[in-house]
Amino acid sequence: MSKFIESIGFLQEGPFSIPRWEALFSNIDLLGQGALVTLLVASLGLALALALGTVIGVMSTSHWRFPRAAARVYVEFFQNTPLLIQVFMLYNALPILYPVLVIPVITIGIFGVGMYHGAYIGEVVRAGIQSIGRGQLEAALAQGFTYVGAMRFIIIPQAMKIVLPPLTNQAVNLIKNTSVLAVIAGGDLMYAGDSFAGRFGHYGPTYVVVGLAYFAMCFPLAVLTRRLEDRTRGS
Amino acid sequence: MDAILNSPVAEMLRDPILYIGLGYGLLLTLQISVLSIVLSFAFGTVLGSMRYSGFPVISHAAATYVEFIRNLPTLLLILTSYFVLGLPAMWAATIGLTIYTSAVIAEIIRGGLNSVPTGQWEAARSQGFTFIQSMRHVVLPPAVVKMIPPIVSQFVTVIKDSSFAMAIGAYELMFKGTILAAKYWKPSQIITIYVVIAMAYFVINFAISMVARRLQTKMSAGRGSIGSS
Repeated sequence: MSKFIESIGFLQEGPFSIPRWEALFSNIDLLGQGALVTLLVASLGLALALALGTVIGVMSTSHWRFPRAAARVYVEFFQNTPLLIQVFMLYNALPILYPVLVIPVITIGIFGVGMYHGAYIGEVVRAGIQSIGRGQLEAALAQGFTYVGAMRFIIIPQAMKIVLPPLTNQAVNLIKNTSVLAVIAGGDLMYAGDSFAGRFGHYGPTYVVVGLAYFAMCFPLAVLTRRLEDRTRGS
Repeated sequence: MDAILNSPVAEMLRDPILYIGLGYGLLLTLQISVLSIVLSFAFGTVLGSMRYSGFPVISHAAATYVEFIRNLPTLLLILTSYFVLGLPAMWAATIGLTIYTSAVIAEIIRGGLNSVPTGQWEAARSQGFTFIQSMRHVVLPPAVVKMIPPIVSQFVTVIKDSSFAMAIGAYELMFKGTILAAKYWKPSQIITIYVVIAMAYFVINFAISMVARRLQTKMSAGRGSIGSS
């Protein structure tokens, strides 16, 4: 067996050689810590994005012009500029504007992905609400529901069905986008992998393992998205 | 008025170096984006058709590629192209973006083809249309209508994601801006530079988004209910 392995050239030298794999796996806890940071940023970022997205979505279906316009501006800005520049603005501008505040990089990551995907989720929620039809809202209001009450008890529960598949898809994108933290030394999985690889030049194995880790986080959600899509289409 | 005109921000904004620097950055951003879009469209069409074809090995190979790549961060693919494949920065960014975007476009194309009911295809074939004729005259026209708006909005994603190239030191708009920002020390100047860059991205992407939205409403309006659902 060892003879056989020795005869395989690319396992002995080059970017994917065995010593590189060994070095990586003896430091695998570095990547583990990074993965934990990624999961933390992704889950809190998703919570923020859902909250913001719901508010934006409700605002953009409002009767009044001002909340509608404000939601539009928010969505257009966050969808049409790179996440990276938003994160950089948070990273550079906030400490300048508020010198007293020391903001941990992870918090910037959470707000960065949360606000960015909040815009996308806002559009998803808007589409969901609009799919329900004006009549139901008017009927609910006529029955004495408040606007918020009608949303809470009549419109949103129905819209959930339409909204869920694109929402899980956004969750996948959000997990992937937490990787921009690597650019501002955020300590996430991508950063952990990149800094380990950079220190010793073990890029090959490190990126393979990092890639598999992201895949393991995203693929179950991608499968769930497809299931939900099929269910919505079937019903 | 004089106070505004002589402020550090105004001074910086009068400096042609700023615009020359950002202009070169913008050119590289556009170069990377356009190349990636063209290449992704080509590969995505091939991959999407492979998956749609239903031939066992070909279809599975395309499906595996698409499902795997779609669940990886674009940044990882760009870094891999640079450090593992050893491409120069500009090409590493282009290839990294292409690897990812072609998977997304493949899905859009497959989705468009799948949206045409198989009955129409079978009807065309039974009427003596050849494979190419039934594709060209029956399946593709409604499918392409479905594909174009999401493909156009994917352009926006490519332009935005090209900013990841700063991680490998390609002098595109985002990286150029960061370098210029480091030249100035006043907080107001640094913020202004980021606002200028954000506006440059916004103008381009907003225009493309509007085109995508207009295509969407125009195409869905002009089609009636035939073949939809």
